[in-house]
Amino acid sequence: MPLLASFFLKRLITTIPVLFIVLVGSFLLLEAASGDAVDAYVARSGAMDAEQIAQLRNEWGLDKGPVHRFEAYISALAHGDLGWSTAFERPVTSVIAERLPVTLLLMSIATGSAFFAGSLLGVVAGARPGSWRDRILSTGSLAIYAVPGFWLGLVLIVIFAVDLRWLPIGGIESIASGKTGLARLGDIAVHLVLPVSALAMVYLALYLRLMRDRMAEIWRDPFVKGLEARGLTRRRIVWRHVARNAILPAITMLGWQSAAMLGGSVVVESVFSIPGFGRLAAEAVARRDTPLLLGVLLCSAVTVIIANLLVDLAYGKLDPRVRISR
Amino acid sequence: MKSLNLEARIGATLLVLLTLMALLAPWIAPGDPLAISGEAMLKPFVSEAHLLGTDRLGRDVLAGLVHGTRTTLLVAFFSAATALLVGSVVGTISGFLGGFADTVLMRITEAFQTVPGFLLALATISVTGPSIPTLILAISLGNWTQAARVTRAEVLSLRERDFVAAARTLGMRPMEIAFREILPNAFGPTASLAAISVATAILIEAALSFLGFGDPNRVTWGTMIAEGRTVLRAAPYLSIVPGIALVVTVLSVHLVGRGLSRKERLQS
Repeated sequence: MPLLASFFLKRLITTIPVLFIVLVGSFLLLEAASGDAVDAYVARSGAMDAEQIAQLRNEWGLDKGPVHRFEAYISALAHGDLGWSTAFERPVTSVIAERLPVTLLLMSIATGSAFFAGSLLGVVAGARPGSWRDRILSTGSLAIYAVPGFWLGLVLIVIFAVDLRWLPIGGIESIASGKTGLARLGDIAVHLVLPVSALAMVYLALYLRLMRDRMAEIWRDPFVKGLEARGLTRRRIVWRHVARNAILPAITMLGWQSAAMLGGSVVVESVFSIPGFGRLAAEAVARRDTPLLLGVLLCSAVTVIIANLLVDLAYGKLDPRVRISR
Repeated sequence: MKSLNLEARIGATLLVLLTLMALLAPWIAPGDPLAISGEAMLKPFVSEAHLLGTDRLGRDVLAGLVHGTRTTLLVAFFSAATALLVGSVVGTISGFLGGFADTVLMRITEAFQTVPGFLLALATISVTGPSIPTLILAISLGNWTQAARVTRAEVLSLRERDFVAAARTLGMRPMEIAFREILPNAFGPTASLAAISVATAILIEAALSFLGFGDPNRVTWGTMIAEGRTVLRAAPYLSIVPGIALVVTVLSVHLVGRGLSRKERLQS
């Protein structure tokens, strides 16, 4: 499929300037923060005289103008070096590599279930716009859409962990349980139920509304009348034609929603004390660790870019018009 | 008001009440809401002096709630306004000039969309330190992109209209045409984003102060939830009550927004 490949390549090329702008932005934040990498290094290694410090600054290219500093920053990044985390006393890259998988797991389960359940309920509501089912689901989704994830997390903890004692209060797995294999997997799954619900609920409401609103629009399209005239059953029109067309905007949402969800994971992981990537951002700010914070920022930007590329690829495959028109 | 549907009217009424609560806070709940005012951990509806009870230090929950409205509405309103203003200016310039300027501005917009808004706010706060103006700046940084995109799309469709051609023949300068003729006409769809911007700003502010990165000298609903969390087992209501205030506020913003955009759709 060369058309799809060239479409993908074009999209890939447009991400390069975007990534560059993000880099410039994060460099500016680094410059605005008090203290540089050498200060951090000195604070860690203890005694160092002024001459040694000046020499180190020279070596790391920090005593020259901002353009040189930017070059040094970029070249370090190109080597996969995100700097030194002062809070963890380790390279930022290794801290992030340790924390990222948990968050990606949390996010992908939350995205998957929100998308699945949300669009399914959206079809139920959008099958007959204006019906009582639609009214209940639409109003309900609007209410859920107003609930902050971190607060929902606390409420879920109060109900399911404190009162009912059905689920664990936090963490990603039981400490020192010695579980392996399937038992460990089950343990992690039990720990993920509440955080995933807290993170996913808002997006479930979002997909429900997107799907329902788009379906309501499509029902007014003349082609639906044509299908009815051909004698197709209602069920077939709903699923094969109306819902199928309405799913496209929801798929577009998936990519950008990953950005919002990464932001949401910061608070949700703090609520459930999950040692993930999101909580790392909060820890970095609390412990004044700017290199770590910017590492988190850059990695989230890259995650969002990748998510959007994947969505575009899926979209290009699902909707042939995209391949031709761009 | 009359042309709005029931949902939107409920939302508008709630918003008016919340605004009144924010404006009249010093009279409804006099004194410093952060000051200890009685026995600690009083349950709600037990004491007449502390209708909603007190927190673990003995601060009045109702007073905190009332004063918290101020911070929430102040930050939300100004950051949404800043975001809409910046977004519509960027969108107008981008759509009107086209070409290279458009490409550059749209790439910048995309870059801002790529970084999660909450992380951007967090990073900004970590550099500037928390205060009301920096919170407003930090939150609007991640909130203007959608307004830019919507305005740009609208400007692109308006650019070729006759009244723009007429303005050109009249000898108006390009930027004058962009901002005096096109922007006011393109603002309608952008304004319908206002509700979403306000709601997003409220939630980001709440999350920031929940994590302890809000203005430390002000009482906010987010800090109240965080405070209550330390005694979640003994007194869950301390976290739950301010959260309900958040939900009600955001919901009424959404209700009004939905009503307004429906009205606009019916008119066009």
